[in-house]
Amino acid sequence: MMSSLTATERSRAFMITMTVLLGGLVMAAVGHGDPIGMQGWVVILFTAVVGVVLLKSFDAPDPVEDRSASYYDDPTRVGIIIALIWAVIGMGVGLWVASMLAWPNLRFDAAWSSFGRVRPVHTSGVIFGFGGNALIATSFHIMQRTSRARMPNQVLPWFVLIGFNLFCVIAASGYLMGITQSKEYAEPEWYADLWLVVVWVAYFILYMRTLARRNEPHIYVANWYYLAFILVVAVLHIVNNLAIPASLTGAKSYSAFAGVQDAMTQWWYGHNAVAFFLTSGFLGMLYYFLPKRAGRPIYSYRLSILSFWGIVFFYIWAGSHHLHYTALPHWVQTLGMTFSVMLLVPSWASAGNALMTLNGAWHKVRDDATLRFMMVAAVFYGLSTFEGSFMAIRPVNGLSHYTDWTVGHVHAGAMGWVALISFGSIYALTPVLWRREAMYSWKAVELHFWLALSGTVIYVFAMWNSGIIQGLMWRTYGETGTLKYSFLESMIAMHPYYVARALGGLLFLAGACVGLWNVLMTVRHMPRHAPERDYPTSSEATEPAVPAAE
Amino acid sequence: MLRRLLKPFARFFEFHARTHYRAERHSMALTVGIILAAGVGGFVEIAPLFTIADTVEDAPDMRVYTPLEQAGRDIYIREGCYACHSQMIRTLRDEVERYGPYSLAVESKYDHPMLWGSKRTGPDLARVGNKYSDDWQVRHLMNPRALVPQSVMPQYAFLQDAPLITADLPDRLAALRAVGVPYSDEMIANAGVDALAQARPDSAEAGGVFERYGDETAVRTFDGRTDRVTEMDALVAYLQVLGNLTDLPDAIQPEVEE
Repeated sequence: MMSSLTATERSRAFMITMTVLLGGLVMAAVGHGDPIGMQGWVVILFTAVVGVVLLKSFDAPDPVEDRSASYYDDPTRVGIIIALIWAVIGMGVGLWVASMLAWPNLRFDAAWSSFGRVRPVHTSGVIFGFGGNALIATSFHIMQRTSRARMPNQVLPWFVLIGFNLFCVIAASGYLMGITQSKEYAEPEWYADLWLVVVWVAYFILYMRTLARRNEPHIYVANWYYLAFILVVAVLHIVNNLAIPASLTGAKSYSAFAGVQDAMTQWWYGHNAVAFFLTSGFLGMLYYFLPKRAGRPIYSYRLSILSFWGIVFFYIWAGSHHLHYTALPHWVQTLGMTFSVMLLVPSWASAGNALMTLNGAWHKVRDDATLRFMMVAAVFYGLSTFEGSFMAIRPVNGLSHYTDWTVGHVHAGAMGWVALISFGSIYALTPVLWRREAMYSWKAVELHFWLALSGTVIYVFAMWNSGIIQGLMWRTYGETGTLKYSFLESMIAMHPYYVARALGGLLFLAGACVGLWNVLMTVRHMPRHAPERDYPTSSEATEPAVPAAE
Repeated sequence: MLRRLLKPFARFFEFHARTHYRAERHSMALTVGIILAAGVGGFVEIAPLFTIADTVEDAPDMRVYTPLEQAGRDIYIREGCYACHSQMIRTLRDEVERYGPYSLAVESKYDHPMLWGSKRTGPDLARVGNKYSDDWQVRHLMNPRALVPQSVMPQYAFLQDAPLITADLPDRLAALRAVGVPYSDEMIANAGVDALAQARPDSAEAGGVFERYGDETAVRTFDGRTDRVTEMDALVAYLQVLGNLTDLPDAIQPEVEE
């Protein structure tokens, strides 16, 4: 894997790794006695492993083949495997925290194992670990294919991928030590946030430089979505995480914003993490892998334009629907609600565009579980965006907010849309990436599909029931005009649904395990098979290609 | 009729598609377009919250957290309590009857970050202060199911054995002042001493806590343990002050009539 790097590139990569290791040493030294010191050791351990991997093939000869005649797929391969490993970890932890809500004694009486500390390991594990790695890996693949150009640099993609995973590891280990900003989906502390900015800038540079080398005048729609993902996530991340550390030798920091302004900023971030992390990039996947797999062109170019700019423009306004009936000024709540409802138009335009693309290929959907993953993902995307717009309406939100209905909605999107499109893409991508004829076992793909679908449906129905029951119990009045149920009674009523939810999660996790196994078996046991015409058009890829004239 | 109404939109759409066909050949055009399109909403919704004066009410009696309470708040964050408990009572009748007067923006104006929460696996805590005794809070945190058999809350017995670290409290208060909480030099300098004194009512330094944070401040042995000040002291001190930083909500919201 490292042997496709030249000696110069390997030493450059080693230098970067050692620099980061040095940073870890500094953290461990100055942060002695503070959690940040422990985080320093995590950095040291992580970079040491990377360093050892590099050293093992340090003296290998330079690659002899003409590298510009092929795409650079090694980082994508590693990224896909890492994404699946994070899927198993993140969903496994998810199953654990879900079980803790049904059986609260399912923890070892330790400080690190309480629900509050483990839950962000689940959310970050699946969103950033699984989702983020899947996004980075597929974007590497798609930007090269749709540009018909190789990436401009061999070290930069590794830096982005490994650097991002360092962030994920710092984050997850930190939560267990009690390091958190408490900002939902932005829990990591200031030093991790700064590191992510560095990685993200590198990612943006890599993307732009690859696009600059393209042998295709037009930038394909999947790339618009990946670009929006990279750019807007950067803005959201930086603004939401503005904070002052209590000390440069400690992990703790205090948010620059307080109270109502902080609430708006956090949900501006939170909802657009959904928009630009969990939607935009995955739509990029959908726009590339679905038409590829179906063998049909995208149904409508114009719908793509409409939905893209609609999503970019409308989504940003929607965050305040998380704060209905709170101390946030009414006008902001109303704006958020209005734009959330309007958001349905571009969302359904995307989902419709995807489903219409399948016209003429529905027999493939029937036979091919990989394409079915993508089709069902598009359906869940349509369903959960409709549900989202509906729940953003103030009186509906009055019932749903603070209940499990929100959790169910999130998981309809996260499991039904994000995870299914990722799994579908991974199954479509794996044979191409490793030059294999097909997946090791199509039956396992089929099994994974039904496990994932049934898990999602059980999960979502359980949470709809529990959420709506809970919301109604909170507001039910008895004949005497007083509240009929105590909070405790509403909580006891949740128990059967929490058990059902854990079961749904178990099925979904089992599917992810089958997927990881299947990908590994494909890599190890399937015969080689080179796809036709999967190489950059211009062999002089070292020079930036001039986009063809009109 | 419909056709005539839609015609301008169709024309705009046509124009947009054609422009886009040209623009999508330039990665910088897309970059700038995305930043601009995504920038508008956030700017319009967030910036005015800092400039419109009546976004946050005036409450002259609103006080800052004492160092012990702030330390408790940091523990509340560290343990992820916000994942299951909200601190925001909405303007809905059942919430006001269940939890008390609805939350005002001013009540969290010194909260960096805010802990309004998004999920109530457990009840709202915005006004939990003084609702239960210290003893109840401690025993509940030690083992929730001893008091509420059906509870699914994790037990936090280890807090009772963890001595409170006060060395970094001056730094923490200074950082909070940097982001806008009006701590005085004196408060910052005495943060460590005040934190310990607030849990030691008989100590000589207890007077300083009243002096700096007001006579209403609760100075007592929160965890029932007099030999040392623990993280349990801090967390309970924080829980007991929730909803009691200002009297404004009670003053402007009359009791709900039966």
